[in-house]
Amino acid sequence: MFKVTTEPIDIQAVNDLVKRPTDGAVVTFDGIVRNNFDGRAVHALEYEAYADMAEKKMAQIGREVRQKFPIGEIAMRHRLGRLAIGESSIVIAVAAPHRHEAFEACAYAMDRVKEEVPIWKKEFFNDGDDHWVNQN
Amino acid sequence: MQITVKLFALMREKVGTDTIYLELPDHADILQALTVLQCQHPSLAPYLDNSRFALQMEFVSPETTLQAGDELALIPPVSGGISCLKSPQSQ
Repeated sequence: MFKVTTEPIDIQAVNDLVKRPTDGAVVTFDGIVRNNFDGRAVHALEYEAYADMAEKKMAQIGREVRQKFPIGEIAMRHRLGRLAIGESSIVIAVAAPHRHEAFEACAYAMDRVKEEVPIWKKEFFNDGDDHWVNQN
Repeated sequence: MQITVKLFALMREKVGTDTIYLELPDHADILQALTVLQCQHPSLAPYLDNSRFALQMEFVSPETTLQAGDELALIPPVSGGISCLKSPQSQ
């Protein structure tokens, strides 16, 4: 359910992974690479992870989200390595009997990933510069 | 005793490796390990204040005592997922 991968993320597969017959909603968040950061044009990103701990923390967040919201299954995929504009860097799918909880749980999960999961992003700017986010 | 220190992202680039083997006195804690680390790798000094620490893949406090064979990861501020810059004009 919780994996880092260097392969392109199959969003439909992550969506299908969480569905149960008791669910009425699947909310799938697709985080994609944007072409700018802090006002500067970006042509690529690179993600690096402490992979084993990243998967462990994603699974912990999954358990936390399931305790906090009345949802069914949750799955996450985070892509590592170099990504181009528009590619998916993270996909979070949450299934629940009702849509309200699925939306809330998915947003909460994304916020927690940004706080806790040991993954780092490097931005590559069009002007040739590069920058590790939050580290310079 | 010997521990393994794992480095990532900018710290990894500064030192040129993702793994450092550190010799420490028995019962040293993470703060003491950082002092030794800074001596041997001064380029890491500016980044240690903003780092969190993980032992066996769990976040721990800097006062945690280390044991031989521990894997200590230095975790700089994380940036997984997507960026969300709030515009100053957002309501």
